[in-house]
Amino acid sequence: MDFNVAILLGTYIVSIVALFLFVYSMSKGMFGDGSNAAQMIFDKDEIGHTEDPAATLQQKQKLQFDVGDKDTYHDDLISDDLTARVEADQSSSLVVGICFTLAVIWLLLASLAGLASSIKLHAPDWLVGYDFLTFGRIRPIHVNIVAYGWCALSGIGVCLWMLPRLLKTKLVGARWAILGGGLWTIGVFLGVVAIALGKSDGMEFLEFPWKIDILLIIGGAFVGIPLWLTLLKRKVDHLYVSIWYIAAALLWFPTLFFIANLPNFHVGVEQATVNWWFGHNVLGLFFSPMGLATIYYFIPKVLGRPIHNYNISLLGFWALAFFYSQVGGHHLIGGPVPSWFITLSITQSVMMVIPVVALFINQYYTLKDNWRALLHSPTLRFIVFGLIMYILSSIQGSLEALRSVNTITHFTHFTVAHAHLGLYGFFTMVMFGAMYYIMPRIMHWEWPYPSLIGLHFWLVFIGFAIYIIWLTIGGWLQGMAMLDAARPFMDSVNLTAPYLQARSIGGGLMTLGHFVFAIHFFIMAWKFGPQRLGAAVIGPELVKKYFKKGAA
Amino acid sequence: MSKKSQPFEMDEKRLIVGAMVCLSLATGVMVLMPYFFTKRISPPPGLKPYTAIQAEGRKVYVSEGCVYCHSQQPRDAKQAPDAKRGWGRVSVAGDYYYDSPHLLGTMRTGPDLFNIAARQPSKDWQLGHLYQPRAYTPGSIMPSYPYLFKVKNSSEVTPEDEVVNLPPQFAKPGQTVVTTPRAHALVEYLLALDHTYSPLPAIAVPGDEKQLSGDK
Repeated sequence: MDFNVAILLGTYIVSIVALFLFVYSMSKGMFGDGSNAAQMIFDKDEIGHTEDPAATLQQKQKLQFDVGDKDTYHDDLISDDLTARVEADQSSSLVVGICFTLAVIWLLLASLAGLASSIKLHAPDWLVGYDFLTFGRIRPIHVNIVAYGWCALSGIGVCLWMLPRLLKTKLVGARWAILGGGLWTIGVFLGVVAIALGKSDGMEFLEFPWKIDILLIIGGAFVGIPLWLTLLKRKVDHLYVSIWYIAAALLWFPTLFFIANLPNFHVGVEQATVNWWFGHNVLGLFFSPMGLATIYYFIPKVLGRPIHNYNISLLGFWALAFFYSQVGGHHLIGGPVPSWFITLSITQSVMMVIPVVALFINQYYTLKDNWRALLHSPTLRFIVFGLIMYILSSIQGSLEALRSVNTITHFTHFTVAHAHLGLYGFFTMVMFGAMYYIMPRIMHWEWPYPSLIGLHFWLVFIGFAIYIIWLTIGGWLQGMAMLDAARPFMDSVNLTAPYLQARSIGGGLMTLGHFVFAIHFFIMAWKFGPQRLGAAVIGPELVKKYFKKGAA
Repeated sequence: MSKKSQPFEMDEKRLIVGAMVCLSLATGVMVLMPYFFTKRISPPPGLKPYTAIQAEGRKVYVSEGCVYCHSQQPRDAKQAPDAKRGWGRVSVAGDYYYDSPHLLGTMRTGPDLFNIAARQPSKDWQLGHLYQPRAYTPGSIMPSYPYLFKVKNSSEVTPEDEVVNLPPQFAKPGQTVVTTPRAHALVEYLLALDHTYSPLPAIAVPGDEKQLSGDK
């Protein structure tokens, strides 16, 4: 045991010393000048101009009037840099469009599978005739489609779109990403079929059989190729904070997925530690970084003002990389694994407060005095909602890792609600916002029915609120009932019934919202519907100038 | 943009190295150390390897996703009243010696199953409960598994069929429910889930030889 104590102590000392060195070197300005770096996502006249291609003309005017610092509109800006940006957008439009289309289809399938799982928990004799529809298969199908279908592809799409803009050059090697995305999608499809046929590997988040996982690893690595190729061709000195998150995520995922899926290697309880080392890292080191990269780009972009304190975002990044990678053990509190393992993960879970506070400070001061923008910008509404949910779910996660809280919430629907707070409230909402911004840029077409954006937001907002609030309460009560030895186990089952029904209602509204979104998305993708005010590219003159060259 | 490069300016190299160092640390602590820890473990003397039919049943447990509602890890009495519910003593790493994939689980929508065989050793109960859980536990939200069974006319039942004896009010007259191989194997596995042996190695106590050798 002495060895274990030494390991634990060593880890603490390393983390604390690293943290202080980090803060020290940052205060000495060794990380470069933050304010310049924070402004690099803007061109010379752009700061002070709000920008949301998803907004209507009226919304754009109000947005600029309420939060912009200048009296002119973004649409009137003309410069060579903006032309270059249009070209950067063009270079990524095909691959991003493909990723989004696939992601939206997966989103619908995932919603239906999730809704079916939810209903089955209060109607246990519903659709029991076929094995592929049983709860124990449709639930992992839901989780895997959400994670590897919707979240991964939408995230990759948004990241590939941000890359050329942030590196101020064209996306190089987009065809690798198209190939990779194709392999990935085939992998997800085959994996889901495998689960439906009962060929699951049996571990949460790792259900796909390992032979199918090879497709995801190769596909994921291919998606990374344009990132590295474009980095080599970059025309900027400094890498913006979003790039760190994107690069790290695309590096981390294949590594994680490969190690976790090594066949015939993992043994006994070590399988459980690997399972949750992976299970939490796929969230913390793959989805979260992609979501945060998106937040760091779009909030300043829409508001037309740089991030409040750029250097704090460095602290946030490295603290996330260090602490988040070790939190997985909190899924095994009370389980048959060594106590140092659990203690380490609990500690790092609590330390996650550091990057979360860093993000909070940064974004809060960027948004401060600009809250009215949420009224006018559809993009910002989704993304700021996602940001708030990220902060809530992270703090909830840190608390949930504490032994006293975990004893109640572990094994209950509370955890399921927490997972949705993160992957839905945070990640999915951020992706919605980003897609509303990006689609007009890559399609050169405005969203045909702006009211559908509002309908989508309110459907998923209300549905999500019902889902989270009731399931969290129900899960907590379930945990309390289970801990009371005087109450029979069935009490903990019976009392959840109304909460599970409420969850189905919430989930139903969310699904409805997704269909509204998908219909709107496909109307736009095929350029049906009324075209408001011409194409939503940066300034009408620019369109003419650009399209004279014959590119479409 | 920035005029001169600072000592810690984030470039590709620092980013890649830093990101991979963080991940390697985590992998070392959360994958490699548990790996060597687990390698050292030997199975408790009371734990038997799975028989062929039990292993087959375990695969059905995996494919039907039982793990999404049932854990297999009773917690310590100091933490939770699992033992008082009859779920058994706290489990130790050695109890999982023969398990792959692990089925520790993260949900208790249903009860812990690590010692279900000790708690409910009746094969009839297990089979009937899979066919229709609500015939045995009113209010249960466990799915029924009709596709793991066949309903036959009672006159057509052959001696090879494994008949499921349902409670009278759930049995349809003239019809008999028989198992498929999957249901049979699954129940064989469930009936092997008994970890009530002592996880500690036997300590020789003087005078115990007689008892241990079997003559009581």
